Amino acid sequence: MQAAIAVRSLTKNYVEGSAGTLALRGIDLDAHAGELLMLMGPSGSGKTTLLSIMGCILTATSGSVRIAGTEVTSLREKELPAIRLQHIGFVFQGFNLFPTLTAGENVELMLDLKGVSAAAAKKRAKELLEQVGLGAKCGAFPADLSGGQKQRVAIARALAGDPAIILADEPTAALDSLTGRNVMEMMSDLAHKRGRSVVIVTHDSRVLDFADRIVRIEDGAIARPSEAEPVPAGMLVHGMGTGAVSFA
Amino acid sequence: MPPLAQRNLFHDKVRLTVTLTGIVFSVVLIVVQLGLFLGFTTATSNLIDHSGADLWITSKNVPYVEQGVAFSERKLNQVRAVPGVADAQKIIAHWTQWKRHDGGEDSVQIVGINVDDNLERPWNLVQGRVEDLKSPDAIILDELYKQKLGVTRVGEVFEIGGHRARVVGFTRGIRSFTTSPYVFTTFKNAQNYTGMREDQTLFILVRLAPGASLEQVRRALLDHIKDVEVFTTGEFSHMTTFYWMFTTGAGVAVLIAAVLGLVVGFVVVAQTIYATTMDHIREYGTLKAMGAPNSYVYKVIMKQAAISALIGYALGMIVSAFVVHASQAGGAAILMPPSMAVAMFFVTLLMCVGAALVSINKVTRIDPAMVFKG
Repeated sequence: MQAAIAVRSLTKNYVEGSAGTLALRGIDLDAHAGELLMLMGPSGSGKTTLLSIMGCILTATSGSVRIAGTEVTSLREKELPAIRLQHIGFVFQGFNLFPTLTAGENVELMLDLKGVSAAAAKKRAKELLEQVGLGAKCGAFPADLSGGQKQRVAIARALAGDPAIILADEPTAALDSLTGRNVMEMMSDLAHKRGRSVVIVTHDSRVLDFADRIVRIEDGAIARPSEAEPVPAGMLVHGMGTGAVSFA
Repeated sequence: MPPLAQRNLFHDKVRLTVTLTGIVFSVVLIVVQLGLFLGFTTATSNLIDHSGADLWITSKNVPYVEQGVAFSERKLNQVRAVPGVADAQKIIAHWTQWKRHDGGEDSVQIVGINVDDNLERPWNLVQGRVEDLKSPDAIILDELYKQKLGVTRVGEVFEIGGHRARVVGFTRGIRSFTTSPYVFTTFKNAQNYTGMREDQTLFILVRLAPGASLEQVRRALLDHIKDVEVFTTGEFSHMTTFYWMFTTGAGVAVLIAAVLGLVVGFVVVAQTIYATTMDHIREYGTLKAMGAPNSYVYKVIMKQAAISALIGYALGMIVSAFVVHASQAGGAAILMPPSMAVAMFFVTLLMCVGAALVSINKVTRIDPAMVFKG
């Protein structure tokens, strides 16, 4: 089956003056529909850079990224927004809701970008908020919502474009354990019940058990699994080089 | 489109107030300066534009109406003999001194006319009749200058150029560009008041016969009458206006002030819209990350600029209307014809939209990856 996102030999080099920083070194990775993939690693390891390139927000220095079969690395920068709009929904650590718009209007904004009429967008936004348990909060402004509620609005907004891929950057970092787990349950549902490809960058060891697969990134490359690192039961941990895959 | 532009704009009320204040200031300053320019322009050529004449005959090298040079009044008969001339009258328009009852003196511009003719008659009379000028020593002046000249009512007697003058009427709205008010009287009185000889005049005004060609009559006059210039009313009006507005620099100063008003408005709006954009830069980054094309983001910013322009224009025009109305009682009228009000709308819109380009330049360069920075 075609991967939702297929990354091959991906390299990213940040050039600053005469010096350069190799943020990603030859990454090979697939993300599949119906799967929740976690990218983990220490700060500065390159996982957010990888997520940004998978999300067509950053461009790669070399290598290939295919989104739903379309090679995006050869596209011009002005063509990338259309790819994001059609295929990808984002969930951010800081929620990134528009503070002057209500929860409903935040979701409507995504629908407006997709060209949905105002009346239809309003109706669909309400449905989506109901799906995340916030139907009664349509008219609330982000300032009046809790962290968990904000993240759920963000998930509803990400879903509004009906994307096949959901990319989330530290979605539980700003949340307490219980709220974080609630959000992760929602993300898990998106993958397992709605068939989306969900890729999450996280430091949060509390939510590892939601992953179908964990990929560790270290120094810009996919790391080999360490014997000292506890791997949750039933988890697939992907290692580079040897191609070895181990089950806990 | 969800109301992102409006909400962002009205969210920060202090900044919105600053933006609108800048726009209002700009609108009022431009309207006042342009209105003054229009008012000055009208005042400089008032006498010529209301003369009812088609042609003005002057001595050679007369650059504007206040610089008339005396020539023989006998030329009037020569003018009347030219084919195509229906009517011709001698006119004096010249400065002299008015003596107030308190002993002080003011400069006035005497306008001497033939009361039985329609050329160069005072207009907009609010008290008295033009025919009252036939009575001895009669003068008519504008009510605007009553206080300046020490006049309180019809019937009062003053001294002009050493001769007796009696007020028989007042006009309204006949402004002089200089500080010297127009004082209408008979041609004979004007000669006395200005110290001119009996056989002299300063101008001859000509009205053409129906169907007569302006250029042909003008050429005929130049051919038949020596040592004179012949201008159309439009030409002489333009010459006079040009002298006062541009040769003296008065008009340029006013226009510069109008341009400054535009610049100030532009800078204020650019600065505040830029500050608002920077406040919301993360949102614009999120919009781009979500897949919004640059044009969508531009629309949001432009909408903010347009809304600011609309509100600022409306408020600015209200203030301007008050200022214009108040100026009517003063020596320098500010004119605001409907065409100016309409033009100001587009100027305001252009100013605000142009100012927003600074912000658009900024958002074009947003790196959407910023949204991943917590």
